[in-house]
Amino acid sequence: MEAGRATAPRNRLAVAGARSTTEAMLRNQPRGDVIRNAVFAGLLLLAVAIALAGLLALVIQAFAKGSSALSLNLITNPPSTAFPEKAGYRPAIIGSLQLIAGVMLFVVPVGIGAALYLEEYADSSRWWNRLIEVNIQNLAAVPSIIYGILGLAFIVRGPLDLGFILAAGSLTLALLVLPMVIIASREALRAVPDSIRQGSLALGATQWQTIRTQVLPASIPGIATGVILAVSRALGETAPLLLVGATVFVTFDPTPFGTDGYSAMPVQIFNYALRPQEEFQALAAAGILVMLVVLLAMNSFAIWLRNRYEQRW
Amino acid sequence: MTSSKWLAVLVAAVTLVIGVAACGSSDDDTSRGSSGGGDLSGSIRIDGSSTVAPLTEAVAEQFMAENSGVRVTVGTSGTGGGFEKFCAGETDISDASREIEPEEVEACKKGGVGYKDVHIATDALTVMINNENPVSCLTVDQLAAIWGPDSKINNWSEIPDLKESYDEELALFGPGTDSGTFDYFTESINGEEGVTRKDYNNVGEDDNATVKGVEGSPGGMGYAGFSYYTENEGSLKALEVDNGKGCVPPSVDTAQDGSYAPLSRPLFIYPSEQALQKPEVKAFIAYYLENVGSVAESLGFVPLTEEQLSESEAAAKKIGA
Repeated sequence: MEAGRATAPRNRLAVAGARSTTEAMLRNQPRGDVIRNAVFAGLLLLAVAIALAGLLALVIQAFAKGSSALSLNLITNPPSTAFPEKAGYRPAIIGSLQLIAGVMLFVVPVGIGAALYLEEYADSSRWWNRLIEVNIQNLAAVPSIIYGILGLAFIVRGPLDLGFILAAGSLTLALLVLPMVIIASREALRAVPDSIRQGSLALGATQWQTIRTQVLPASIPGIATGVILAVSRALGETAPLLLVGATVFVTFDPTPFGTDGYSAMPVQIFNYALRPQEEFQALAAAGILVMLVVLLAMNSFAIWLRNRYEQRW
Repeated sequence: MTSSKWLAVLVAAVTLVIGVAACGSSDDDTSRGSSGGGDLSGSIRIDGSSTVAPLTEAVAEQFMAENSGVRVTVGTSGTGGGFEKFCAGETDISDASREIEPEEVEACKKGGVGYKDVHIATDALTVMINNENPVSCLTVDQLAAIWGPDSKINNWSEIPDLKESYDEELALFGPGTDSGTFDYFTESINGEEGVTRKDYNNVGEDDNATVKGVEGSPGGMGYAGFSYYTENEGSLKALEVDNGKGCVPPSVDTAQDGSYAPLSRPLFIYPSEQALQKPEVKAFIAYYLENVGSVAESLGFVPLTEEQLSESEAAAKKIGA
């Protein structure tokens, strides 16, 4: 693995060297090619700029509107309608973190499990396996409110009958992002070269041993990326949570199975944004900043985790 | 690196998140316990109209400060969504910006939920126009001509019998069909709930977008709750409404004495008979009626008159509050 790590910078160096050699040798390229080259690079830069401009506009706007409400109260205090100057997001933040933890507990084993079955075990020439594949891809495009209705009918009420508890919200969000995790994990598994599998099997390892010691570790960065994206999406979802019982005014810290009720960040931000009073609109903008920080913290942790265990050939 | 090690890290991370969250919950109870007396305990689940929610939240907050053992939560599923849960016995109290409808009465009967409507405040639905607009008053008929389902009026100069001359394109803003505000406005202006022209700027649940839209277009007109007008008083105008007895502006006084018609609407809470068996719910309803007046005014609603208040108290008593 140490050797594997060293090859990446060496590869990059080789590519850079080749490029500069080509440029030096072909100094008299036709004019059209030079221009096309520059235009192409410019367009790519523009694409990056547009992606960043959206985020930048959001942050600037939230900061301009919410700076008056920025204080430690936001993370230490419960919401307050009578005293907006003291209001905060504490129960909502704790609720969101618990929701996300629940989503990960469910989605990581189930999502990776499903992906492993479809990639490593299922025979894709059979029609039922292809049917499953198509359906999983379709599921990823189903609007989130539909999952909310599903959660209400089957998890909160109906067969599971969990009631309006935080864990039911977690399960609903987990179902919502599960297809994303399965699809990303399958891509990651597919990116592992077949020679690795064949080598392992040739040395006498069983399929389970091959997956556990070779395929899975090699695909972890890709799987982790999928999980990060999925969990970030779950953190920002409002509509399905409203259906499965997340409320806007919770002054105590929620627990996963507590029947007293729970709240979540986006739900409370949404509620404050709709109020006529300026204080609450400022609170909503400040809440957006808090949520961005939470999201950023989670993502950087996951990215650190991914880089730590990245493996190259 | 084996996969089991990686999984161990993942499990550790998840446990950490849960742990942090759990630690958070333990110290909160003690900190709140010291602030208020009262030996009531238990939880009260409230859901329903997002218009009524701020009132309920503010009252609940004060109630919890005095009764630290009680946990009140307030949701905003909308009046209809609130009744859906209420009639299934999943909430104790439902906030409503209109009276319960026949289908909902039926659902509650099926769910075995008894209830009573308790009037807690009044809202003056306000028709807002741009500051540049010289018009100050419209009759209900004129409003119906503008908002009616077959309306072809697209300019202020096309409004029938308008005294002022104002040549600006009409830009209409209003809430979406899920909103109780929409239900009430369409019923009282167009005569039937849900009947309206379709080509207005539908802002969904976001009444602030109505305010922004009217502020930004000289020919703008939109309707929302009274508080959306009072919070933006300098930047837009409220239309007076003539219901056959002269022009009446929306205000606390005109909504209280009923002269701002037909757009002043009552706001309700619906406590369930079953929930009122619990002493904490009973105490909460009494506290609610006692304190909602002062809260209403600060949040831009119209408080009840003495007479209305005693009617509400009588209504609550009927089901055991």
